[in-house]
Amino acid sequence: MKRAANFLEKAMNVIFTFCGFIAIAFVVLVTVFLLVSGIPAIKEIGIFNFLFGRVWASTAQSPSYGILPFILTSVYGTVGAVLIGVPLGLLCAIFTAKMAPKGLGTVIRNAVDLLSGIPSVVYGLIGMILIVPFVREAFNLPDGANLFSAIIVLAVMILPTVISVSETAIRSVPREYEEASLALGATKTETVFKIIVPAAKSGILTGIVLGIGRSIGEAMAVMMVSGNVANMPSLFKSVRFLTTAVASEMSYSSGLQRQALFSVALVLFVFILIINLILNLVVKKDVK
Amino acid sequence: MKKIMAFLLAIVTVGAFAGCGTTEVDENPSGTVSQVVAGSVTTDGSTSMEKVIGFLSEAYMEENDKVKVTYNPTGSGSGIQAVLDGRCDIGLSSRNLKEAEAEELTGTVVAIDGIAVIVNRENSVSDLTVEQIGALYRGEIENWKELGGNDAPVVLIGREAASGTRDGFESITGTEDLCKYTQELTSTGDVVQTVASNPNAIGYASLASVKDSVKVLLVEGVKPTTESIQSGDYKIQRNFVFVTKKDGAMSSACEDFFNFATSGEADDYIIAAGAVPVER
Repeated sequence: MKRAANFLEKAMNVIFTFCGFIAIAFVVLVTVFLLVSGIPAIKEIGIFNFLFGRVWASTAQSPSYGILPFILTSVYGTVGAVLIGVPLGLLCAIFTAKMAPKGLGTVIRNAVDLLSGIPSVVYGLIGMILIVPFVREAFNLPDGANLFSAIIVLAVMILPTVISVSETAIRSVPREYEEASLALGATKTETVFKIIVPAAKSGILTGIVLGIGRSIGEAMAVMMVSGNVANMPSLFKSVRFLTTAVASEMSYSSGLQRQALFSVALVLFVFILIINLILNLVVKKDVK
Repeated sequence: MKKIMAFLLAIVTVGAFAGCGTTEVDENPSGTVSQVVAGSVTTDGSTSMEKVIGFLSEAYMEENDKVKVTYNPTGSGSGIQAVLDGRCDIGLSSRNLKEAEAEELTGTVVAIDGIAVIVNRENSVSDLTVEQIGALYRGEIENWKELGGNDAPVVLIGREAASGTRDGFESITGTEDLCKYTQELTSTGDVVQTVASNPNAIGYASLASVKDSVKVLLVEGVKPTTESIQSGDYKIQRNFVFVTKKDGAMSSACEDFFNFATSGEADDYIIAAGAVPVER
């Protein structure tokens, strides 16, 4: 009996270790795969032409593979989403953590959780049916599928991440800080902006960085509202993101076009890596 | 715990046997006995032909349950290449074969696809020439009033770069690589939906996918219908082609399916799939 138990113990140990390594294996697999399949096209096109080329015409007679429009669109879209989403999310987090009556706070928190669980295709659908026609009429444009609509959708999509991470950070600020500030005669608003928010800074930053990650990696929702034309970005022009560039062409692509799409994915991967590095730095600072 | 291990082992064993089973079936060569056709037919190619090949293969497999017809949606170019490489039995192409390709391959038209040009129901324009449509998509006509419509900017809706419908539309209207799209959408449904919701939009889609929510334009006075497409009066149309090797002999299953798909029997299924059968 004991021997059997021993055997089981060892077997389970192997299984646990195996599962642990699977996570690493997938990261390595993805990285190696992207490098191997992404680099040839960059070599063939030339890294400068690829990253800074302004024209993407992958199926034209004389194809051109410049992804600057995609990179800039992804950057602008993310910055726009952060500009709108972060103040909204932060204020919402402060409200739920510090101001809201208990019952209302719980309702908002549940709503935020629900918001984060909504599949991106649903966001895209609502954006396509409601936001795109609204933007068209509000700004008197010929068409509402543009960068601005995408920014609105992305801003809503990063809200739950920003809200829940910053709320946790705000809640973990020691109560004494707040009490001391109030006791010294500061108003509630002063306390919130001068004491609590600075004290919760690194947590809030983590929320923002995670929001950026979500926004730059989003494909489905922006594909449905941004129009998908490889223009250099401008607020009311139809644009294509890094993610949607891969998603919209991959299914039929072949040859160099296909390889170039892998290269686009590689660039996107590098972006995500950088964001994760920043996140690590933010969190490390917090520990110190 | 022991029970769990035994259970896992059982699953693995069953899985292994199941694997053996399928290989055996696959290796089973087509019977030499007349009448009974068995084996597999692999098709590969145009994504635009998905519906047509789906209806045809389903109908065929219902009659001939020993034959398995598979379809790999890759695109016309890849499908043609796959036949050349011998990776599939029948290549599916939504364009006619180029001269160089026709040296080694045979193309057989199985159906015709009419591409409808659609506008919003509020648009007063109802009849355009192929040249006018081309000029619209090249960005030479930017306002509907130039075509007798309202004073409103033209919004050009199209498909993504490698779409078969886009390829068909652009090659017929002479707008290859010249289109100034406002939106490039990844499905026919999206195109119809977008045109239905934007009063200034114009789009294109396979005739079969067009719904009442949009207005179908006449092209040079001809309405896209089965008859006008078969007779060639409706200009914006393309062929759905079965591509086979000139020298390679087809397996009996493949030949049987090919004959079925190109016979009058297939017409109803082609219509059900939204394409137009060839005139026989």
